[in-house]
Amino acid sequence: MRALDLDFMIGLVPILLGYLPLTLFMAAVAMVCALILGCLLAMERVARIPVLDLFVKLYISFFRGTPLLVQLFLFYYGLPQVMPFLTGMTGVQAAIIGLTLHFSAYMAESIRAAIVGVDRSQWEAGEAVGMTRNQLMGRIILPQAARVAAPTLVNYFIDMIKSTSLAFTLGVTEMMGATQKEAASAFLYFEAFIVVAVIYWIIVEALSFVQRRIEVSLNKAFTR
Amino acid sequence: MIRLTGLTKRFGANTVLDGIDLSIAEGDRVVVIGPSGTGKSTLLRCINFLDRPEAGVIRVGDLEVDAGRATRAQVLGLRRRTAFVFQNYALFANKTARQNITEALITVQKRPRAEAEARADAILAETGLTEKADSYPAALSGGQQQRVGIGRAMALEADLMLFDEPTSALDPEWVGEVLDLMRRVAERRQTMLIVTHEMQFAREIADRVIFMEGGRIVEEGPPAQIFEAARDPRTRAFLRRVTG
Ligand SMILES: Nc1ncnc2c1ncn2[C@@H]1O[C@H](COP(=O)(O)OP(=O)(O)OP(=O)(O)O)[C@@H](O)[C@H]1O
Ligand SMILES: [Mg+2]
Repeated sequence: MRALDLDFMIGLVPILLGYLPLTLFMAAVAMVCALILGCLLAMERVARIPVLDLFVKLYISFFRGTPLLVQLFLFYYGLPQVMPFLTGMTGVQAAIIGLTLHFSAYMAESIRAAIVGVDRSQWEAGEAVGMTRNQLMGRIILPQAARVAAPTLVNYFIDMIKSTSLAFTLGVTEMMGATQKEAASAFLYFEAFIVVAVIYWIIVEALSFVQRRIEVSLNKAFTR
Repeated sequence: MIRLTGLTKRFGANTVLDGIDLSIAEGDRVVVIGPSGTGKSTLLRCINFLDRPEAGVIRVGDLEVDAGRATRAQVLGLRRRTAFVFQNYALFANKTARQNITEALITVQKRPRAEAEARADAILAETGLTEKADSYPAALSGGQQQRVGIGRAMALEADLMLFDEPTSALDPEWVGEVLDLMRRVAERRQTMLIVTHEMQFAREIADRVIFMEGGRIVEEGPPAQIFEAARDPRTRAFLRRVTG
């Protein structure tokens, strides 16, 4: 076994960190969009609107049932061939859309489970005082469901950050893409991928720390 | 003025309310008694459409609804003219005691927040819960939760307050304080329809007692008549059983 090229590794860190904002940007935008979409899908699944429910079920099943990489390729390389107006789509846009759709399906299921888990008495109390369905959902049910779903949703966010690395297969130079380039030009693959792995690892550990803090404060919520 | 005409509710093949006719004058306090599974809860829950009746006419105040063809707006109308006190309290778990009271005042009645909060504070003082204003339900005893539940209902100033066995889920030590609060509500001549197994309490505050069995009103009258001189043998048998 040869010695590691430490100078290369140390030099690589600032280069890769320069791409961190793009990674976080893709993950953050996709997270917000996936949360909103996931909430809407979950509310539909709870309300079971005829016909629409069928499509929502199909949507969730498809995006949970196929690999993210396949979905990304389908959006970026496949769709523009049949829908020419999508030709201008950039890799970053395609990645954000792909991550959003993929994770919204997972989030919809966790949010739905959390909504269904809210005690029936909470619905009845809201109905009895004359709240509309939307008021009841927004002010009573979702806040309680959010508390249950939050740890799982943070898990999806962590998963999403890691999944942004797939954007490099769409020609996006984000952290993974940059690593690939640097590794190829120096022909130091082991060093390069170890560095990028550690960077992802540290980000995820930092988020896990935040997650534990959120969980503690959520467990305390509503008990004072 | 509350009037139910031919109120009918079925769960599948099981007819739980079999054409209930009932009128309650403004300010009257009516207690419903009867064996388990007779439809007492269902009667209350049909008045505000927590359960949807199949047929009948429900009149609360100025609103008359044909139950079989009630629109969403009519259902909301009935709910906004009534208040409900649940056996299991059913406080909003994500709201403090004060917020439980202000919630509907702000979101449903569209009152200004300051007014709603002033009203909540007055009610909390009256129910002896001022210190618990900022506590969440999970941090309250059963008795305290039910007092908030009654306070939430009082705040609505509804035409009709419905109570479904408000003390049945309570540890015996908290029953007294909840009944005391209900007495105070009754003293204001709030129109009340109460399902309870507290016979002594019923005798004390009721203008009228209704005995239900098998989804029908078997007998009704002033408490003295029902408790001491019931005409129907089923009423007498039930009272013998519960008063021992
Ligand atoms: N959601 C429901 N689905 C099916 N049947 C129901 C439902 N709710 C009530 N029932 C049935 O309706 C009948 C009346 O129930 P209800 O709860 O109104 O009785 P109750 O007089 O309040 O009894 P209790 O004194 O035990 O509270 C019972 O036979 C019950 O099993
Ligand atoms: Mg009952």
